Amino acid sequence: MYSVQVFVKRRKSILDPQGKAVEQGARLLGYSGITDVRVNKQIDFTVNTEDEQEARSVANDFCSKLLANPVMEEFQIHLQKL
Amino acid sequence: MSSISAGVVVFPGSNCDHDAFAALTKFEMVSPEYIWHKDTFNRHFDLIILPGGFSYGDYLRSGAIAGLSPVMQSVKNAASEGTVIIGICNGFQILCESGLLPGALNNNSSLKFICSDQNLRVEQNDSIFTSGYIKGQVVNFPIAHGEGNYTAPKEVIDTLEKENRILFRYSDIKGTTGAEANPNGSINNIAGIINAEGNVLGLMPHPERNADILLGNADGLTLFASVINSLSEKKVQHA
Repeated sequence: MYSVQVFVKRRKSILDPQGKAVEQGARLLGYSGITDVRVNKQIDFTVNTEDEQEARSVANDFCSKLLANPVMEEFQIHLQKL
Repeated sequence: MSSISAGVVVFPGSNCDHDAFAALTKFEMVSPEYIWHKDTFNRHFDLIILPGGFSYGDYLRSGAIAGLSPVMQSVKNAASEGTVIIGICNGFQILCESGLLPGALNNNSSLKFICSDQNLRVEQNDSIFTSGYIKGQVVNFPIAHGEGNYTAPKEVIDTLEKENRILFRYSDIKGTTGAEANPNGSINNIAGIINAEGNVLGLMPHPERNADILLGNADGLTLFASVINSLSEKKVQHA
């Protein structure tokens, strides 16, 4: 089995309102040096296979079909054998 | 006059389904019915509405999971056969997520959920959705959304502009578009678009919420009347 961690983040050109709001929070705390805040998503799941290539392929397919919207987002996949 | 078959899809979390249904009942020849999201259908519908709301709690992204509902496969088949589809607010998000319309709806640039009356400029009146309006007319529809910021790659926007597929833009009362009249940051003030074939409309504003003069104005009713007239004419031609 493979444990999969997927990181989904908005493309750089796409506004991230949550990141902007969190950055305002940083200002309120007095951090003037904190910029470019982006709030990303991490999604974890398990793929039931012993084949690493298959696990990667399933995860990639799942990300493309549901977890990330290619118009706005990009994703990274991290695999770990259980 | 032959009747027009219309369906209003109900997802878990839809909350404008009854308003859309009520708007359709204003037309004598329309007999609307609800379609549950877990159902598929083979029968013909002249018109299908994907209503507003918060399908599947807006989890992951608005409309993403609803786009995978069993009913959406039937809606896609119906769209390819020419059935008229209207996606309102969350319905627009579902149409984009399921690939029936290009682009995506990002969070509002203001960071706020917006619930207000909004002026819109009718960009085209040669579509089945806007034939009852005058080109350039300013109408007022309610908006209520947190993710209405229409975004798409530049080439998609260029195509939408070139092919006159933007039917509504956010504007001020004089019909001027631009940043000040843009409530959510949508590219080019886009409020509603159609597909290349012209039978699928997605829009963030709510025409079903002002489809009765008792609600302040009936600007939204004209949209439904345009569609019903077009469908009726088609039936007369076929008869």
